Amino acid sequence: MSNIPEDLSYTKEHEWVAGLEDGLIVTIGITAFAAEALGDVVYVQLPEVGATIEPGDSIGEVESTKSVSEIYTPVGGEVVEINQSLVDDPSLANSDSYGDGWMFRVRVEGNAEDLLTAEEYAALTSGDS
Amino acid sequence: MSRSTPLRDVHEALGATLTDFAGWLMPLRYGSESAEHNAVRQAAGLFDLSHMGEIFLTGPQAGEALDYALVGHLSALASGRARYTMIVNERGGVLDDLIVYRLGDEEFMVVANASNYEMVGDELKNRVKSYDVVVEDRSDQYSLIAVQGPRAQEILATLTDADLAGLKYYTGLPGLVDGRQALIARTGYTGEDGFELFVANQDAVPLWHALTAAGEPYDLKPAGLSSRDTLRLEAGMPLYGNELGATLTPFDAGLGRVVKFDKPGDFVGRSALEAVKDVPPRRRLVGLVARGRRVPRHGYPVTKDGAVVGEVTSGAPSQTLGRPIALAYVDTGVNEGLAVDIRGSQEPVDRVELPFYRRNK
Repeated sequence: MSNIPEDLSYTKEHEWVAGLEDGLIVTIGITAFAAEALGDVVYVQLPEVGATIEPGDSIGEVESTKSVSEIYTPVGGEVVEINQSLVDDPSLANSDSYGDGWMFRVRVEGNAEDLLTAEEYAALTSGDS
Repeated sequence: MSRSTPLRDVHEALGATLTDFAGWLMPLRYGSESAEHNAVRQAAGLFDLSHMGEIFLTGPQAGEALDYALVGHLSALASGRARYTMIVNERGGVLDDLIVYRLGDEEFMVVANASNYEMVGDELKNRVKSYDVVVEDRSDQYSLIAVQGPRAQEILATLTDADLAGLKYYTGLPGLVDGRQALIARTGYTGEDGFELFVANQDAVPLWHALTAAGEPYDLKPAGLSSRDTLRLEAGMPLYGNELGATLTPFDAGLGRVVKFDKPGDFVGRSALEAVKDVPPRRRLVGLVARGRRVPRHGYPVTKDGAVVGEVTSGAPSQTLGRPIALAYVDTGVNEGLAVDIRGSQEPVDRVELPFYRRNK
């Protein structure tokens, strides 16, 4: 069973969202479950800083040895920061999915998609791993 | 319902991610597939390949029967030697690629891919009916464990008295490994030195454990099919279903050298292959290295100035080169200005000579 921190929100597409309670700037990454399913992440393409994004947009991609997956944003707004360290060393997505492997930060405008609690995300992923 | 090898419980205990491959539940990776790949290049890796098929031909005309059924000249093979060869249909299309071991004057073992060995066994039986030979598919009785990498010989030497140093590439001899009867073959699919050990099913688990213990001081790692695929790709070795298939001849794949027209007698596919052997194929199998970091993958179009000139058959990030690599069928004569259409974006690639990686001998 992969690690699912209690204090984060989750999407059905296996992203995590932090900082939603403040409603200002949120941080988004992929979950440890997703990273394990992908295998070694070798390339991450992230949105441009300054880009305006809408909830549900495909805004990047994650490639592993065997597959490629799109990254969907659950929130809309302006991309204010991307994790250049992750671009330089994509293995951070595997080794520290909820920490140094974060992907991008968004100044939120409007409402987010319906997000899952840690408990709901655990239920979604149990049995699959 | 997938079939399992005798080592399935061992893989699960090691925490392997299991995947269905050709109807078999096989380890995709145990941990990081990149670490497994690098272990094979730098030390050694341990593979369960028990899904492969072993078909035995026994009888005074076994060699002649294989000469007729396959494209190679197997009757000329010395006892103890092995050969890479293919079985083709009447049109010259590749039905499978094979390694044939000559075990004795009247005994051969044909090793076929998991996805094909039942068909190969049936084809062989049909093709050799008029020869004095018995064909027997013993795939269900044998397991195959491979030790691959520069430390493979040192590791195996701790478990056997067999003359490993005298065992040349593409040879195989019977011997005891950890006290268990094995066919010890110096063959592999990784581009490294290494051994493949064919053993009875009941010996697979104890042999795996013995090799794991023997390999510990040498940094031997269990390695899954994901690393096996990237290792063979770097070594420029074709995978049936990707680079080889029934609509392609050995010449299309750049492997015309396996077709032995100078052997005596007819063989299945001879006339079709003679007709194409000197005709440049429309497309050739080539190696591509990406300039960027996005990975060309199976089925992606190869383009030049926006026009499709080929198709990727296998692609992966290469640990050894540090860049994505691919095998692709590309229109003959089109060598420069190539790109791969990666989900709508034309990513530049360079055509290179194969293999991508060659070990230092």
